[in-house]
Amino acid sequence: MSTKDEKAGGSPESRLLEVDDLHVEFRSREETAHVLNGVSYHVDAGETLAVLGESGSGKSVTAQTVMGILDTPPGHVTGGSIRYRGEEMLSATEQRRRELRGENTAMIFQDALSALNPVFTVGFQIAEQFRFRRGMSRKDAMAKAVEMLDMVQIPNAGQRVKEFPHQFSGGMRQRAMIAMSLALDPDLLIADEPTTALDVTVQAQIMDLLDELRRERDMGLVLITHDLGVVAEVADRIVVMYAGRIMEQADAHSLYSQPGHPYTEGLMESIPRLDMKGHELASIKGLPPNPSDTPPGCPFHPRCHRAEDECREKRPELHDLGAGRLSACHFAEELISRD
Amino acid sequence: MTDSGEARQSVLEPSATTEESEAGTAPRKTEKQRGLWGEAWRDLRRRPLFIASAILIAILLVIAAFPGLFASADPNTQLLSKARQDPSGEAWFGYDHLGRDIYARVIHGARASIIVGVFSTLLAVLLGSLIGLVGGYFGGKTDSSLSRFAEIFLGLPFVLGAIVILSTFNAGIEGNPGTVRVMTQVVVTIGILAWPISMRIMRSAAITSKQQDYVKAAKALGASHGRIIFRHILPNSVAPVMVYATIALGQFIGLEATLSYLGLGLRAPVVSWGIMISDSQNYLFSAPHMLLFPAMFLVITVLAFVMLGDAVRDALDPKQS
Repeated sequence: MSTKDEKAGGSPESRLLEVDDLHVEFRSREETAHVLNGVSYHVDAGETLAVLGESGSGKSVTAQTVMGILDTPPGHVTGGSIRYRGEEMLSATEQRRRELRGENTAMIFQDALSALNPVFTVGFQIAEQFRFRRGMSRKDAMAKAVEMLDMVQIPNAGQRVKEFPHQFSGGMRQRAMIAMSLALDPDLLIADEPTTALDVTVQAQIMDLLDELRRERDMGLVLITHDLGVVAEVADRIVVMYAGRIMEQADAHSLYSQPGHPYTEGLMESIPRLDMKGHELASIKGLPPNPSDTPPGCPFHPRCHRAEDECREKRPELHDLGAGRLSACHFAEELISRD
Repeated sequence: MTDSGEARQSVLEPSATTEESEAGTAPRKTEKQRGLWGEAWRDLRRRPLFIASAILIAILLVIAAFPGLFASADPNTQLLSKARQDPSGEAWFGYDHLGRDIYARVIHGARASIIVGVFSTLLAVLLGSLIGLVGGYFGGKTDSSLSRFAEIFLGLPFVLGAIVILSTFNAGIEGNPGTVRVMTQVVVTIGILAWPISMRIMRSAAITSKQQDYVKAAKALGASHGRIIFRHILPNSVAPVMVYATIALGQFIGLEATLSYLGLGLRAPVVSWGIMISDSQNYLFSAPHMLLFPAMFLVITVLAFVMLGDAVRDALDPKQS
């Protein structure tokens, strides 16, 4: 397994995507919810970054902000920076951002059935990219669409291209979605829980496909998921999010073998394991904090089994543990030096 | 790979073809690729409901265009001696209170009624849908101001509004202001007073479909506002407005009658079903055929358009085919 995240490796300019101290609020008449409170991560070309976290931890909001498709209102980006190949996105014009979408950055969604327009055939939707962004004729674009469906290993693509999304199975739809987003050959793909709605065998196929496409195209892949199992094999680096903050960042191997944050530890323990059959399944007690009323100190302390007074008062900063590892826990050094 | 993926290892075996195997087994027709409307048209041609309504509408349109082919009698000749006579071999639908041949009048009235019905529906629905799409899609201030603007018109009672509009525009004119002019005025009046309803329908449909993931996905692929509105939101929100339009068409033909009755709409020598229906009001018991025949044509026309609307709506929904 490669660990590309050596601090020294790659100057910031060469980074494909760099998210820096991103703050997003959701404002409503009654209250302001601090959904992202300083999220930073980066992705290099050809690398898979997994973003892990519970529902509501801000993983999807980060992705949508990166793509520039966050609904505003209620969302407001209140600070930070998003750079794609060194170019600042938050201050870019809508025109420029739209040019980049599809061509350079693309996104796939959890529920491919609702992410495909029900009134058009799958082929038509893929072909549209070629027709309107590349100026191809209907016929050429449709031929390209068949090619794309072939690429995502949909058998009998020439026929399937004429079918509507509801005629596809779940896995097929996700493949079609992937084909659609990769049509214009983007070099950054954000996959927002691409396998959550699928059954396990199909999950594995889709992950393999994404991994293969990433390798072939030397594409940066941001894989958002709440499923630790899904990322284990494909992720180079993992970022763990909680309450709109990064809790831990590490290469996949170190994260799994020696979590540097009690939250990550909790996530690991709550995976059912065959060798623990008969034992009660561990779970993290309590609920994530309300984003409009985050506790002082470490946001995880009310649920943390090793919380001490320090945690209740002082918020631990995300600090370097060496070897590209970061953790936002006062006791991170202790945690990773255990046997 | 590392030992860390323990929980998933069994799952990640390349279990390749469970999903793939099912594909390609079903026989598939070879079909030419078409767009949304081509697809809908192909589907429509096979629907008996569509064929029936299309034939009816075609007949009505021919009647409206060439009434002389169907009725030789003059619709305005008054034979007072035959006033309110029942249908007979000589006059199939009988005579009205002024001794005019009802059959001839019904045939000649089709033109005005259909023109007013179709054009005021088109105007109201197109205007309303466009404004509803824009308001529903952009939301926020755009939406509130458009909605408040629509409510001004929605708040006007129809008859009062029409009286104000029509009498203002014809204030200085003595006698009959001319058929084309009055017809245009009636169409515009109905359109202006009725568009907020289709606007509201379209707006709520647009709000529903803009929250769908495919709109987000289209944005993520770099689609512009215009493309999102017309490619993704419109085709997915057109059905309810379509249903409303078919109902509105009949309503508007009736509204034209109301205006005629009040002396604001079409008037003699123009013949319309609305005028005929309002003429019949005082003779409902003594000469019911005066109401029966124009009302029958009105009902058939409305029915034909309702069936057409139904068929088109079903055809536009790929899940129905």
